[in-house]
Amino acid sequence: MSATTREQRILEIVQGTRAKQARFRDRQITTAHGAGGKASQSLIEGLLLPALHNDALAALGDAASVSVNGTALALTTDSYVVRPIRFPGGSIGELAVNGTVNDLAVSGARPLALTLSLVLEEGLPTAELRAEIDAIARAADAAGVQVIAGDTKVVERGHADSMYACTTGLGVVDPRARLSPRGLEPGDRIIVSGRVGEHGMAVMLARDEFALEAEIRSDTRSLWPAADALLEAAGADLHCMRDATRGGVASALNELARASSVAALVREADVPVAPAVAGAAELLGIDPMYIANEGKLVAFVAPASASGALDALRAVPGCEQAAEIGEVLREPPGMVLVDTAFGGRRVMDLLAGDPLPRIC
Amino acid sequence: MRFVEEFRDAGLGRALAAEILALVQDGRTYKLMEVCGGHTHSIYRYGIDGLLPEAVELVHGPGCPVCVLPMGRVDDGIAIAHEPNVIFTCFGDMMRVPGSHGSLLEAKAEGADVRMVYSPLDALAIARRNPDRDVVFFAIGFETTAPSTALTLKRAKAEGVKNFSCMSNHVTIVPPLRALLDSPGLEIDGFIGPGHVSTVVGARPFEFIPADYGKPFVISGFEPLDVLQSIQMLLVQLTTGRCEVENQYGRVVPWDGNRRALEVMAEVFELRPHFEWRGLGFISQSALKLSDAYAELDAERRYGIPGVRVADPKACQCGEVLKGVIKPWQCKVFGTACTPERPIGTCMVSPEGACAAYYTYGRYTRGREAIA
Repeated sequence: MSATTREQRILEIVQGTRAKQARFRDRQITTAHGAGGKASQSLIEGLLLPALHNDALAALGDAASVSVNGTALALTTDSYVVRPIRFPGGSIGELAVNGTVNDLAVSGARPLALTLSLVLEEGLPTAELRAEIDAIARAADAAGVQVIAGDTKVVERGHADSMYACTTGLGVVDPRARLSPRGLEPGDRIIVSGRVGEHGMAVMLARDEFALEAEIRSDTRSLWPAADALLEAAGADLHCMRDATRGGVASALNELARASSVAALVREADVPVAPAVAGAAELLGIDPMYIANEGKLVAFVAPASASGALDALRAVPGCEQAAEIGEVLREPPGMVLVDTAFGGRRVMDLLAGDPLPRIC
Repeated sequence: MRFVEEFRDAGLGRALAAEILALVQDGRTYKLMEVCGGHTHSIYRYGIDGLLPEAVELVHGPGCPVCVLPMGRVDDGIAIAHEPNVIFTCFGDMMRVPGSHGSLLEAKAEGADVRMVYSPLDALAIARRNPDRDVVFFAIGFETTAPSTALTLKRAKAEGVKNFSCMSNHVTIVPPLRALLDSPGLEIDGFIGPGHVSTVVGARPFEFIPADYGKPFVISGFEPLDVLQSIQMLLVQLTTGRCEVENQYGRVVPWDGNRRALEVMAEVFELRPHFEWRGLGFISQSALKLSDAYAELDAERRYGIPGVRVADPKACQCGEVLKGVIKPWQCKVFGTACTPERPIGTCMVSPEGACAAYYTYGRYTRGREAIA
């Protein structure tokens, strides 16, 4: 057997190991389990799914679909623990609304209502809390949802970073939507709704841990207008959408390539990145593809509808920089590959852990 | 990004790749070792190896400071981190390196106050902000990072900061290269020399490699065009029979290095008689400890550390990978028992480690025609 064939065979074994459902074998929870990479995947697939198993959960969509008397509803929930709670371009209150609204939107569901749970730290100044409640009200208004139920708890000083927020969102599935994490098909074009990496970088710089100053603002916004435009332009040719939050576009692509047993090929040169984000990422040694977004989605569209979908998306405010960044291939299943701007090709895997601190 | 993108120009890259192809002589193979983990990372990150002819093989060397750290030192660091009242600081890629009973990330989950910093000065700043806590900086790196540790220690001493200390794991580049060149069965035709280390030590310390061992040595930058050009320069030397140290990274590396950085290192550090390298064993005069003048800032003298030598896990072949004897995929546990999420060996942890770089980026680059 030649060296190349031996290498190929070993890579196939590695690939087989990787494709297996992740087991959870860690002795305790570390920050890596919250980073959206492989450790998070093993926590969800290895500990939560086996215990709570049901079809709606097993789909691992951004929102679960439930049918009530023939009406398809979407339900999702999310917690927000970002530090600091305010950062350029947004705050924890806006994230708590938009993050949950976006999980509904990319599931093809028009957001209807939210619940809101707040965990407040003893000593939180009223002015800061009021500012966040106002931010929640404004973001809900902009997204066209109402907060219809809630809860508040207070914990002792030192047991929460100012405040944590948890929102649950209810939406009604749009009749045009034919979306599934398993719906990617070879040939599909991969579209991203704008410049990537802005939210995560804005929060990182807001922590003042790097002596870096840059005009970078969080991209937090409701993605329903973008989802609506894509559904209208592509209909059933829109195979899947995902909001590229924790773990960035790279993690979203990996999760979906794995769920659909296809490969995704990204053309690095076509990925829109703001120059300030690219510069900061370069200095910090981070790939913008792994940085969190709070107002960007990745969409998979059949080739016939791709250019129409892209035009429709670019007409949506905040999505002017939307771009087609690659396509879906048949082989190798479950993998994401990148054609680098330099002309090489490499793998773009899930991160194992994540050196980046809490950003959402 | 100006002054960066220029070194990532795909057209110039193709031209260099064509020059390299033209230099390859029939039936001859070229085994080139990139000493530095930063090069390993660049090679995979940009898919450089996919642009090279099959006859040119890149072998990954021992220049990744995380990868060469023996388990015992990680255990020592974790023992200090668990000391009462200690804030333990280190660079991010140290957090996940496995000791014999878990990593610093796990020590943190167990209650140790472990914090990631980007510079030793950040650790000193934490000490100033927390005067009632003891802040320890776990220093790693070759001559590249040693001057910044040295300057931090100088500043701490000058300011009289009592609650700051440093556990030095700094290593030097020349002794492991010599050990590597002396090891039997080494089949390396030439070296891509470490760019960042050379900004400090200069090119001169490497002159013994062509002189005594007959291997060309080209100090290289880290952008993809730098690496390709260095490969081209090595091939020119090999085909024309020239053999010397050349400096591709002249825009940053002065031939005689950085005198002030060397001075501050000489003031703060002294050579250890011996230091253990993961997979390479003990190498004499290959590491730096704090000099007596800085004894009171030395964490090793301040804390009782176990200092136990821990054998590397049996299954782990990091040593052979670091010496370039085997490729990452040839290790018995690569990608199955040893993965970036559950590493056995250090080469699988750092993004500069050969195994992690190959696992994360490199799979499928060679077989590209088959999958396109």
